Amino acid sequence: MATKLVAYDDAVKRYDPVLGIEVHVELGTKTKMFCAAEVSFGADPNTQTTPVSLGLPGALPVVNGKGVEYAIRIGLALNCSIAETCRFARKNYFYPDVPKNFQTSQYDEPIAYDGWLDVELEDGEIFRVEIERAHMEEDAGKNTHVGGADGRIQGADYSLVDYNRAGIPLVEIVTKPIEGAGDRAPEVARKYVETLRDIFRALDVSEARMERGNVRADVNVSLRPTPQSPLGTRTETKNVNSFRSVERAVRFEIGRQAAVLDAGEKVVQETRHFHEEDGTTSAGRIKSDADDYRYFPEPDLVPVAPSRAWVEEIRAALPELPAARRRRLLGEWGFTDVEMRDVINAGAIDLIEATVAAGATPAGARKWWMGELARRANADEVSLEALSVTPAQIASLESLIADGKINDKLARQVLDGVLAGEGDPAEVVADRGLEVVSDDGPLLAAIDAALTAQPDIVEKIRSGNLGPIGAIIGSVMKATKGQADAKRVRELVLERIG
Amino acid sequence: MSAGATTLARMSTLSRDEVARVAALARIDLSDAEVDRLAGELDVIVESIARVNTLDLADVPATSHPLPMTNVFRDDVPTPPLPVAAVLAAAPASEDGKFAVPQILGEE
Repeated sequence: MATKLVAYDDAVKRYDPVLGIEVHVELGTKTKMFCAAEVSFGADPNTQTTPVSLGLPGALPVVNGKGVEYAIRIGLALNCSIAETCRFARKNYFYPDVPKNFQTSQYDEPIAYDGWLDVELEDGEIFRVEIERAHMEEDAGKNTHVGGADGRIQGADYSLVDYNRAGIPLVEIVTKPIEGAGDRAPEVARKYVETLRDIFRALDVSEARMERGNVRADVNVSLRPTPQSPLGTRTETKNVNSFRSVERAVRFEIGRQAAVLDAGEKVVQETRHFHEEDGTTSAGRIKSDADDYRYFPEPDLVPVAPSRAWVEEIRAALPELPAARRRRLLGEWGFTDVEMRDVINAGAIDLIEATVAAGATPAGARKWWMGELARRANADEVSLEALSVTPAQIASLESLIADGKINDKLARQVLDGVLAGEGDPAEVVADRGLEVVSDDGPLLAAIDAALTAQPDIVEKIRSGNLGPIGAIIGSVMKATKGQADAKRVRELVLERIG
Repeated sequence: MSAGATTLARMSTLSRDEVARVAALARIDLSDAEVDRLAGELDVIVESIARVNTLDLADVPATSHPLPMTNVFRDDVPTPPLPVAAVLAAAPASEDGKFAVPQILGEE
């Protein structure tokens, strides 16, 4: 049964959407939050556990100081106050991926609270998102469902659990209700999560790779008739794990809830699942008794009371944040605002910076990443970063052009070779024999052949009409398979005709 | 008359339903008799807390934790993990290095 939807434009004309976003980020510490089990991606199942992360009887947790430092870094970057003292709490629930039958989290005393984050939208407008809190907790293990269809939990015969992820430090960032986004709510949601991801990377607290689940978002959406109306009933779409999905999930929920309200029905407060394949959400669990997590203070851990001196030390050591960096690079590179926005929206800023650092001019780096490479990434439906070419290789491609070793047309063939894994640009040039023919001998032979074949053009040129010279140059380029320097060919043609 | 019955006779403020609900949340299977007994026993605790609440404690700072310690941190240095064989020895069933658990009902 297809879900009834109101067309998006219509829905946002008649209803005011309000969002609430919870983002979990896995911290990039070497060890887990409450025990010294090593953390690394892709390890064999259950090879990174200790009695603490398995919840064995009598095992006692000890807080990873680095995890606290990273949480404070995040709090400060989000303009939060850092608690003078805070504590951990047990969130009790029963699920096989939580071996202790509770998740160690924070409840009434988060480490960071009352912050904000300015989010730059695609047209450059700044939207401020208020942050309610950022708290420390731990990740759960990973379930794999066996039997049934598509590895889904429904219809599975049994499940397998890997506890390597159990206990990896997480920081959960919770927004206040995000109001006033109107028809841009889906974009605000996506850009908010993107901005957070960029900040996590800049702070060096997480690799923040969406595809590995380092960053996960739960998206709350509710509608109300007007911005003055009380908040409507919200739904929470869980585990939305890509930027695009965040935008689509919000968009879908707005259309779906509008249809429910139009029919005079009530939105059910529930968790919903997002379906990547068609961008829809479906009902999960209705909020119920099972959500009584019986939080209580964790007796096995003492409070965390970061001294003001420590907090200030962390603040002073904060790296340049992405927004400031963008402003700086805009000045250094001399791009226009529009060019810079395109670069940012294409996710090319790091690549261009690295290419410039490797010796390319900003304009040259931009030309490649936003031009030829963007086209190829687009055609292959991958991100620029996923292309198998490095910024250093692009810089050396540019320098080969600047040195006159290759021309633009040859450069694209060299790029083909680099992308095909044939090595660095210089190697591809050598192996494929793509160097511009700079020796005048073969060029003159080709020029003479072209002149002989087109005597009428020679006449025109000789009489002072340089227009048709392109035809001669074209013939020479063709004869040399594009490996001639067109400028040199022109000079030689003029010399020849004299 | 047992102590439990005496307590019950005082009319517990904690209902049997509440006890049964908390037990269900904690996955503790209680018999009716146990629910009756615990309702009485827990009621003593609830009443004691209620008496503390009647005191004027404006000048007493809230206690976040009974131990007078804060900031007990560990360095972020890995120690050897448990060997997988030892980990899975505690599992009633395992497969491919993972714990095998019965069908999970509910949602992911």
